[in-house]
Amino acid sequence: MGRRPTAQGRRARDRSGRLVRAALIVMLAVLGARAMAQGFAGLGSDADGYTLPAPAASFQFPADHGPHPDFRIEWWYVTANLTAADGTAYGVQWTLFRSALVPRAAPGWASRQIWFAHAGLTTADRQFAAQRRARGGIGQAGVTPSPFAAWIDDWQLAGTDDLARLQMTARGDDFAYDLTLTADGPLVLHGDGGYSLKSPRGQASYYYSQPGYRVSGVLHLPGGPVQVTGQAWLDREWSSQPLAPTQTGWDWVSLHLEDGAKLMVYRLRDSAAPDFVPATYVAPGGGARALPAGVVALVPLHTSRVAGRRIPTAWRVTWPEGGVDLRLDALNPQSWMDTAPPYWEGPVQISGSHRGAGYLEMTGYD
Amino acid sequence: MTGPGWRAAAGAFLSHWRRHPGQGATLLLGLALATALWTGVQAINAEARASYDRAADLVGQQGRPDLVARDGGPIPVATYVALRRAGWPVAPILEGSLRLGGRQVSLLGLDPLTAPVLPTPDDGGTDSSDADALAAFIGPPGQFFGAPATLAALDPAPDQILISDSGLPPGLLVGDIATVGRLLQRPDNLSRLVLLEDPPAHAPPLARIAPGLDRREADRQADLTGLTGSFHLNLTAFGALSFAVGLFIVHGAVGLAFEQRRGMVRTLRALGLPARDLALLLAAELLCAALLAGGIGVGLGYVLAAALLPDVAATLQGLYGAPASGTLTLRPGWVAAGMGMALAGTALAAAQSLWRIFHLPVLAAAQPRAWRLASARGMRRQALLGVGLIGLAAALTAGGSGLTAGFALLGALLLGAALMLPPCLAAALRWAETRARHPLAQWFWADSRQQLPGLSLALMALLLALAANIGVSTMVGSFRATFTGWLDQRLAAEAYVNAGDAGTAARLAPWLRQQGVTLLPRIDTAARLNGQPGTVQGLSDAPTWRTHWPMIAALPGAWDDLAAGRGVFINEQLSHRGAIGPGGAVRIDGTDLPVLGVYSDYGNPAPEAVMGLDAFHDRFPDEPLVRFALRLPPERVADVAAALRTRFALPADRVQDQRAIKARSLEIFERTFAVTAALNLLTLGVAGLAIFTSLLTLSSQRLPQVAPVWAIGTPRLRLGGMELARAAALAGMTALLAVPVGLALAWILLAVVNVAAFGWRLPMLLFPLDWLRLGGLAVLAGGAAAALPALRLMRRPAADLLRVFAYER
Repeated sequence: MGRRPTAQGRRARDRSGRLVRAALIVMLAVLGARAMAQGFAGLGSDADGYTLPAPAASFQFPADHGPHPDFRIEWWYVTANLTAADGTAYGVQWTLFRSALVPRAAPGWASRQIWFAHAGLTTADRQFAAQRRARGGIGQAGVTPSPFAAWIDDWQLAGTDDLARLQMTARGDDFAYDLTLTADGPLVLHGDGGYSLKSPRGQASYYYSQPGYRVSGVLHLPGGPVQVTGQAWLDREWSSQPLAPTQTGWDWVSLHLEDGAKLMVYRLRDSAAPDFVPATYVAPGGGARALPAGVVALVPLHTSRVAGRRIPTAWRVTWPEGGVDLRLDALNPQSWMDTAPPYWEGPVQISGSHRGAGYLEMTGYD
Repeated sequence: MTGPGWRAAAGAFLSHWRRHPGQGATLLLGLALATALWTGVQAINAEARASYDRAADLVGQQGRPDLVARDGGPIPVATYVALRRAGWPVAPILEGSLRLGGRQVSLLGLDPLTAPVLPTPDDGGTDSSDADALAAFIGPPGQFFGAPATLAALDPAPDQILISDSGLPPGLLVGDIATVGRLLQRPDNLSRLVLLEDPPAHAPPLARIAPGLDRREADRQADLTGLTGSFHLNLTAFGALSFAVGLFIVHGAVGLAFEQRRGMVRTLRALGLPARDLALLLAAELLCAALLAGGIGVGLGYVLAAALLPDVAATLQGLYGAPASGTLTLRPGWVAAGMGMALAGTALAAAQSLWRIFHLPVLAAAQPRAWRLASARGMRRQALLGVGLIGLAAALTAGGSGLTAGFALLGALLLGAALMLPPCLAAALRWAETRARHPLAQWFWADSRQQLPGLSLALMALLLALAANIGVSTMVGSFRATFTGWLDQRLAAEAYVNAGDAGTAARLAPWLRQQGVTLLPRIDTAARLNGQPGTVQGLSDAPTWRTHWPMIAALPGAWDDLAAGRGVFINEQLSHRGAIGPGGAVRIDGTDLPVLGVYSDYGNPAPEAVMGLDAFHDRFPDEPLVRFALRLPPERVADVAAALRTRFALPADRVQDQRAIKARSLEIFERTFAVTAALNLLTLGVAGLAIFTSLLTLSSQRLPQVAPVWAIGTPRLRLGGMELARAAALAGMTALLAVPVGLALAWILLAVVNVAAFGWRLPMLLFPLDWLRLGGLAVLAGGAAAALPALRLMRRPAADLLRVFAYER
């Protein structure tokens, strides 16, 4: 395969701006068009030597909390819904992405593993965002499974090997936060035991979460420090496979319902096929259930003008079988992450059959 | 006034140009030329500045301060990571030099994820922040950015993909920090850390995280800015001069048009057109002319700049090592400036005519203004002002220092001299008048003096152009003579050979000795001298060097100490920059060495040091000895060179005749000053045009003065000849006066501006033949400018001359 992208590849890359979960955009852009143009060459790995996710995943913890350098892309993703003593609502995001230029780790500058991080803090009328970039191999950024620590520069997510207790810090030019996360419940494996299909055509990732953190800590805002408490959700996902070229974007929500249940649902928008909408329901006791695509519906109700484009900032989530009919309203419709790449990510308030709070992420709206 | 009335008045007023299209063309040409020269120079300046701003941005990472090890040594990568993890916004830089592709190159390694500035490919290419570009930059195999010439010289090419960026300094390759670290075999080292912004308040102090590091403010580019600054001031001065000269032309053309329309103006006024409307008409007419000519001028300026830019780039590269690209982009800044200058210049040149049209009494007789006697009082005032300015220049010479003072000095001298010109010429003409016996000769001189006010602006322009010419050619000539002498010293050996590799060198040396050739090893390596990238040479202890090396200053016994490895010689540039002389010390790659002497090293922008050959081998053991200087009788050079090429299969360029090297060096030198020569010629041409338009103006007004002389029996042919002679005489006198002004200019350039800009003072040499040539050229230009008006006079129908007596205009 030559260095110059093929025409088909270029078309595919043009579309890569509208793919899944901000991170995947990063990954595809970094990859260039090569993988996309050639599809999948082997069973266990693609032509560039990256390992591909396979069904019947069996995770080894704590090792799998750490990086998988033989996969193209990976992330450690925390979103938190927080409240101050006076009832003011806040949202916080902490994300570390790993993106590989070659499917292996190496020490020092020789490493071809690139790390990106985004931090966000949302209030009803302001959105704060910051980003960091670093080379792997030299220690400026990375993840160790035991003791668990994920870091880039002076941002950190670190704690116990089982991820049950974590300390989370990040800062930008005009904001910072320092939060303690504790969870009692088990990790939730999405899809088929952690093997999560991203399209009916077979693209998939490994995907698990810790949805049940209780949070306390302090937000540093231009007006001064604010003590907050609340709930947080951690996502861990890694993959080597891009999405189908016709999949143009992604809407994802994680919801903390007032009865203690959790619901995660995402919608992969497809220009040539029906949208793909899988979900996971976690009962108040901790029992998780993967819901096949199409069982839960995620429908936009209302759009706002954000960063020069129209983006849905109110949604309806219906799951008739589970007695769920929710309306989601963005705390701040202007929750735009003006990062590279840019996307919408912010807290939502839940009304309807249940009350609660959650997080909404949307990519691919031009 | 009604609409139709306006139209009729405007029609009558503007019909002048229809009847005198040549005049309109002169006006437009003058203004367009002035604008073109100004714009061209501005464009060149803007382009060159943008070019090395880009290079400075990259190497200095936009002039940000940086952190360096206090002991001058490398910084461990772990220290960088510790700083980042403590919240310090720093970016790592790894620098070094290496033999790559058969060349010694400087490498600059950046981390594209943190570096604030990355190189930009010449072909535009992708944005460096684009993730694809990022992956390509990091590799494998990675990329190297370099100036096209740097890349072309790499043979064999390295594994990395080479991308040209003309903004980069010569000999520098920019690549990913991993690539550079691997090549330099310094994977765990950094040279410095760029501080991207001030660390946040909560970040621990530097002393706690990295006690071995010091913060260093960004001033490393100051040198380059200072050096190139003088060159650009020089160009700007040329541009301003050309513009001033161009304005004289415009003034002449506008004045002529006004004089010829006097009658019409009076008629229009008498018909009831208010003076205000007339002035408005004239202003509108000039505005149109300015816009049209300005547009043409900006276009011409662009062409001029595009033509001169490769030479300017060569000059900057050759003189200062400043990277300047030879291609031009249209920048709105100088386009707007050119149009603005055209408008302002027109207003300035036409102010007098506008004022007069406004104040012309309706019933005033159209008294041709050429009758006006030169006011003695005005002349005296002008002379006093000139003397004052020259006095100011003298004061500046005594008191001021630095580049700005140097250029203020230049300005005061030139303006003062220009103001003094008409009084001086008037005095000379008066003197000639008293000496003349023949009445016709007396009339000739008196009439010349009479014309002086109308011609003085053009003659001032000529004086400036001539003086600049003499000054610059004296400077270049002095420079060339010194440079040639220095070449003779520096290139003492008859031939130079590069064996290419150590094996060939080992076989080649004994064979040469067998031939009775004396071998002087030549070896050098890139090194950091007082923190600046430069070169260190190893010099064997040979009589040739001792007698020929161009030393400027040395300690007693310097050569013996050098051979024994007790110190180094440094070049004049390094000495001047670091204010180090013999007895001082210079830091070479982190070690302080005593300075034994200083030598001249013209044309080399980089610092250089010389050490004894043994000391060199001790310090740089990996540098192979592959080059030799050969001493042999000059007549044997060709044979030995041919034998070397065949016997050792050396490519032709590996064996160099000293004479060829000298010729090439001189060629580079000539190219360096090619721009100056081109601008000189242009200025002179514009000055000639100024004289032409002034004479044209005068000739149409002077009929009443010439007619009586004709009437008392002087043939028209003779009168025309006298016109020619007068123009030539005035030009010749101006040239004579330009010589001292030009020499003063040269002295300022050599002794003030040069010292401030280069750090060298050159001896001033005089070239009288050049002055003669210039004087001849000036007389010729004057004569040529007068040719058309004189011809017209000669062919004037007698009826025209008679009509002068027929009625009062």
